[in-house]
Amino acid sequence: MKCQQCDNPAVFHITELESGAVREVHLCEDHARVYLNQSENGSGQGPQEDAEEQLEKSGLKGPLGVSQTAAELAILDQKACDMCGITFFDFRNQGRLGCPHDYVQFEKELEPLIGNIHGATLHTGRRPTRTKADTLSAEVAKTLLPEGTEELAGIIGLRRGMKEAILREDYEKAKENRDLIRDIEERWFILPSKD
Amino acid sequence: MKLETLTQSIGEWLRGTGPESDIVMSSRVRLARNVAHYPFVSRATDQDRGEIERFLRERIAQVPIGRGLEYIDVGHLEEIDRQFLVERQLISREHADAQGARSVAIDLLEQVSLMINEEDHLRIQCMHSGLDLVGAWEQIRIVDDQIEKVVPYAFHPRWGYLTACPTNVGTGIRVSVMLHLPALVITRQIDKVFRSLHKISLAVRGLYGEGSQAMGDFYQISNQTTLGKTEEELVEQVGDVVPVLIEYERRAREFLVRETQQNVHDQVSRAYGILRTAQTISAEETMQLLSRVRMGVLLGLIGDVKIADINVLLVRTQSAHLQKLRGLELDLKDRNIERARYLRQHFESGEPGSHPSAN
Repeated sequence: MKCQQCDNPAVFHITELESGAVREVHLCEDHARVYLNQSENGSGQGPQEDAEEQLEKSGLKGPLGVSQTAAELAILDQKACDMCGITFFDFRNQGRLGCPHDYVQFEKELEPLIGNIHGATLHTGRRPTRTKADTLSAEVAKTLLPEGTEELAGIIGLRRGMKEAILREDYEKAKENRDLIRDIEERWFILPSKD
Repeated sequence: MKLETLTQSIGEWLRGTGPESDIVMSSRVRLARNVAHYPFVSRATDQDRGEIERFLRERIAQVPIGRGLEYIDVGHLEEIDRQFLVERQLISREHADAQGARSVAIDLLEQVSLMINEEDHLRIQCMHSGLDLVGAWEQIRIVDDQIEKVVPYAFHPRWGYLTACPTNVGTGIRVSVMLHLPALVITRQIDKVFRSLHKISLAVRGLYGEGSQAMGDFYQISNQTTLGKTEEELVEQVGDVVPVLIEYERRAREFLVRETQQNVHDQVSRAYGILRTAQTISAEETMQLLSRVRMGVLLGLIGDVKIADINVLLVRTQSAHLQKLRGLELDLKDRNIERARYLRQHFESGEPGSHPSAN
């Protein structure tokens, strides 16, 4: 028997029960996968759905979202990250964020999306151990780092500002940013090696 | 590291050992991590990518795990070599096809691999043969702990480990098992199984991860969500369902032997026959037939082949492996001829395992 969608042999024979009626579907492996994914997502199971499709469905990826008006979305789309400069429009199109600071900058917008994908909005798993005093020696504990790494994301913005300053030959500003970057790097023990 | 040395071994996931290895090919855990002071890969400039790669390599070299790793500069590899690493499951297709500075570090056993500049700055993967999710998790936890001491991972108190795609945020963990489920496919129960897995938040994928088709009745089952549960809970979520699937597949195999002995014996014998005599054969057909023969061996219907040999063939008959072993780049037509030749030779000589009697 051939697949109903192409010329490959049908290896999946699915019987659908729809309000009492019986329907048979015969598909090859490839089309069966597509078919099964479709019928699964059709049932609208919130967190159970495929994450990529969630992005699309929630209106945050691809065309207009259902819940927003065109005007609202246009304003939201222009919102840009202070650090990496990605706009919300870029994120909606690519489905990828630009830098760690986006989770802070777009927190309000991302919250419903993340809630839909995961069925939760709070991390309960592991946390970086370098921020936990009890796991470190007394000497290291004195230099305990904050748990979140938001301060480090600041470097992304400072670096971008430094490049722009150099372009407009504002070397004063470039130097200022470089020093600020160095301060943060020192605090976090990530000074680049000399080469 | 010379890729040629890898062609002689088969890698952890096809070793064919470990608990339940008649059905569970391998257990894998991966963690997505990003360096806190750089943009995510898709937003990074070429210079950023180069710096991220250097930063991670330098830092990881400072911890014990880093000393046992070999780096491969994926960005400068020929396409066939990248494909070779994909076939061995050491890098993802996405990593192979990406642009810019990127590399992979692997340990000698091919259990641990670190992809640098994939979708996230760092993807740590740990793979064990057979059913051993807890073992893989314990190992990756140690690797992650060591790296975390020297690399500031992007972390947010509420959102957890921050990733380029919000679908991975939180734990950044993907726990998966690769299962060989031929009897569930033959008895047409596999779709029911997929549906029930989707209902409990598990994803089903093909042999090579996201977007790949299921080939040769091999399926990867993994967690769908990464936030709101602990890593251990997510390992458990996947781990809990595996014994159930194993039981279903075993029952389906018993059913096949009991009810359709002749039929199934005929099917696996024909598959074996084609593999031993074909003059030209595609990678897909080879995978499908090897899958059937593998089942036949496990059901005691084919006596003179070892499971470990089938596993070797599963990887060595794939396009890049075939060409590396031959030492030549071949077009599609010649690859199919070479594949058939390799299979015939293998089954005639019984290399590298048992010796099948002639005819």
